Amino acid sequence: MTDGWVMVIGLEVHCELKTTTKLFCGCPNMFGNEPNTNVCPVCLGLPGSLPVLNQKAVELAMAIGTALNCDIRPSTFHRKNYFYPDQAKDYQISQYDEPINVDGWLELPDGFRVGIERAHMEEDTGKTTHVGATGRIHGADYSLVDYNRSGVPLVEIVSDPDLRTSAQARAYVTELRSVLVATGASDGKMEEGSMRVDANVSVRRSADDPFGTRCEIKNLNSVRSVGRAIDYEAGRQIALIESGDRVMQQTRHWDEDAGRTVTLRSKEDAYDYRYFLEPDLVPLVPDADWKAAVADALGMMPAQRRARLADLLSDAGSVTDARTEQVATVVDLGLDDLVVEAIAGGIPTALALARTANEAATDPEAARQLDTGSYVALLSMEAAGTLSATQAKTVLAELLAAGGGDPSAIAREKGFEAMSDNSLSATVAQAIEGNPDEWARYCAGEDKLAQVFIGQVMKSTRGQANGKAVVTELQRLRG
Amino acid sequence: MTPPRSALDLAAAIRNGEASAVEVLDDYLAVIDAHDGEIHAFNLVTRDAARAQATAIDQRVASGEHPGLLAGVPVALKDNLCTRGVPTTCSSRILDGWRPPYDATVVTRLREAGAVMVGKTNMDEFAMGSSTESSAFGPTRNPHDTSRVPGGSSGGSAAAVAAGFAPVALGSDTGGSIRQPAALCGVVGMKPTYGTVSRYGLVAFASSLDQIGPLTTTVADAALVFDVIGGHDPADSTSLDRPAPRVLSVLDEGIQGMTVGVLTEFLEDADADVVARTRQAAEACAAAGARVEEISVPEVRLGLSAYYLIAPAEASSNLARYDGVRFGLRVDAEDTTAMNTATRSVGFGAEVKRRIMLGTYALSAGYMDAYYGQALRVRTKIIEGFARAYRRCDVLLGPTTPSTAFSIGAKVGDPMTMYLSDVCTIPTNLAGHPAISIPFGSGDDGLPVGVQLLAPALAENTLLRAAAVIEAAAASMGGSRS
Repeated sequence: MTDGWVMVIGLEVHCELKTTTKLFCGCPNMFGNEPNTNVCPVCLGLPGSLPVLNQKAVELAMAIGTALNCDIRPSTFHRKNYFYPDQAKDYQISQYDEPINVDGWLELPDGFRVGIERAHMEEDTGKTTHVGATGRIHGADYSLVDYNRSGVPLVEIVSDPDLRTSAQARAYVTELRSVLVATGASDGKMEEGSMRVDANVSVRRSADDPFGTRCEIKNLNSVRSVGRAIDYEAGRQIALIESGDRVMQQTRHWDEDAGRTVTLRSKEDAYDYRYFLEPDLVPLVPDADWKAAVADALGMMPAQRRARLADLLSDAGSVTDARTEQVATVVDLGLDDLVVEAIAGGIPTALALARTANEAATDPEAARQLDTGSYVALLSMEAAGTLSATQAKTVLAELLAAGGGDPSAIAREKGFEAMSDNSLSATVAQAIEGNPDEWARYCAGEDKLAQVFIGQVMKSTRGQANGKAVVTELQRLRG
Repeated sequence: MTPPRSALDLAAAIRNGEASAVEVLDDYLAVIDAHDGEIHAFNLVTRDAARAQATAIDQRVASGEHPGLLAGVPVALKDNLCTRGVPTTCSSRILDGWRPPYDATVVTRLREAGAVMVGKTNMDEFAMGSSTESSAFGPTRNPHDTSRVPGGSSGGSAAAVAAGFAPVALGSDTGGSIRQPAALCGVVGMKPTYGTVSRYGLVAFASSLDQIGPLTTTVADAALVFDVIGGHDPADSTSLDRPAPRVLSVLDEGIQGMTVGVLTEFLEDADADVVARTRQAAEACAAAGARVEEISVPEVRLGLSAYYLIAPAEASSNLARYDGVRFGLRVDAEDTTAMNTATRSVGFGAEVKRRIMLGTYALSAGYMDAYYGQALRVRTKIIEGFARAYRRCDVLLGPTTPSTAFSIGAKVGDPMTMYLSDVCTIPTNLAGHPAISIPFGSGDDGLPVGVQLLAPALAENTLLRAAAVIEAAAASMGGSRS
């Protein structure tokens, strides 16, 4: 579809900050409460009310700027004027020509650096629900507005137009999400609207041509929609140009169900926001000490954490694509510390990574709370063959549920006594007896038939046996 | 009418048990009942709530508590100050039925100081006007001559104090809205330094200019009220983080050795009788030991034009929220946009619409720099001009208004002439400085004349010391006030 064409993509990501209270008042910043319960004169825009800037929100914005390698600068707030029912004051307080963070970059896992033009602070709007057949404003019987979200702090992160494929755009959103979670600024829940993406897309015939006319796509609420919408939109623009038409600068809405973008408004209809300096607020000038304190409090970013695990894998000489994928998973879920500590505790790198990326990752919340001592003790038992993989996984589930514990005690309760060599030999002998043909072929060198015997032994021991020990016994008998 | 008792004397008498707050209140309510039908200073008299407050004050006195600096003093509030559960209209139809769920910070501070809130006063709609004629509820009349305007926009507050309805009223001053009606009604009106009195709960007209201040019968009362309502408020980000003011205690220190600059440009704009009173006030300053000189600040001539871009620009944004969605008037229509338009068309009066359109235009793409941007640069020039003057002078003196009170209806059809009423008061707002209007005799028509003192930011002490000197001189002129 895009043969012979180059896309140019820039993304604007709105991130709700995970503060206790809203940006300009003391109302709770909470998702999912009864409509219009987290409201006060300020976030309802009642006459006479005035905004007071939330210091914690500023600190999170500075943390985002630091993580995105931005300059953190003295900044001001402006009013962006437009009428909309969910906009309580009919203007939005937003940073305009003097944003707090400018000129940064984000490095993607493949090493590609995406420029960050700015990451500025602003307040969120309320939420309008149009009640009627269409669910859209046109044709609605009536509309309901919930102001619980009104005044929730946002940081809008604007990338440079550096992205060239939808896959790159998806990688950018995924990485940015991890960074935002790592800073503590966001919970990264795109499905709850904690992160919302707008994409600016244009196409050109070659990378040497000037940028084409762009369209802005709104309403991208998942990494998947970002990719689909960009591909659709680029295709639409290419088809227009190839049919001799031209692309009009527009704002377009992504219709997830229909899988296409539709016109919201054209450039001629663009609002005149009449930005001017917000007279109810004073300039924000973070001093060097404050900036340093925010930077010091910032943990490692995902890129550094992936590098740390990649180094450990390469030290162990066990780099594979699957393991690199596991590294990305554990870093994304914030479980990489668990892996690092397990390796430091003597657990083989591949085992530490696999158990964390596959099993611990099924309940990341619990895994992040897990007592690392218990985890290391469990993996030691598995590494030593005291527990089979199946048994280890069962014990891990117990540890996750309880937040920790003594894995050997749990193993005893479960009756996971390691099988003695004698009883294992007897069980293996039984399996050989029941499968004489397979045994003959195994003896002739078909190693993969070991699986048949392992399967039999596991079946008769209800998974209690250690697979490795079975193989050792088979090899011993084969001589 | 017996000479009005000052708030200071009243509060002292009530604290000492010589007078009861309830009796004092009833005296004032009786005057209101007798005369407000004609004057129309009030949009609402909160009789029952006032009586409950006064009763509580008397009980506190009886139980030996200190009931506050304004114990039992009746206070009238301009109807753009939010009062919990009590309608706050800005004299506009668009706030029809709205009862704020909270008190303005100044209202809380007055209450804590023992003041008794008697009602909400009439004003130009959203404080946009100089005569109180743009009120949706009809004009207020000047108690000195009911065919004349009381000035505006705090005309109801000025008339209430002048008519003896309350010894104290609060107003708001965006371009002279406290000082100009104070001058026209013959009372004291003070605009404090921007940031010294919290704006939280003041319904915004032009946020960078609005400031709340007192209208009183004496300079000492203005100082007392300023001491009560001033001081840092964390709910207002533009509130200055400094200790609460203490002006009352320095009032009597005189002006020996100060330099008083008589502002040439203000004299040039004023009628001969008003100029004559201003020169007499200057002589009184000289007699009190100040050095008096005439000084020119040519930049103040630019004030009016800059103001009529900056104030409407901010107003166009501040008044956007009156859209019929959350509070006040809603005029139903087929969809949200039509409802917004219908509500605003019906809810706002002509002057408010005029300023919203002016301000929207001044901020619009392609015009912003030539209008709003240029006005901000002029504002800086005015601040520089004042700074130059204050290197030589401690305070500046001039008329508050170019003329005495004009007739109701005289300027309604000619907005530009109406706007000129504020030519002497606007520059102070643009600079954020404090200023005060003090009654000083009367004009050829027998109506009150106000003279105005201006001071640099945060120099309220100097300002009010000089005001006290002029007030004393006015009192000693005695008979010149007919």
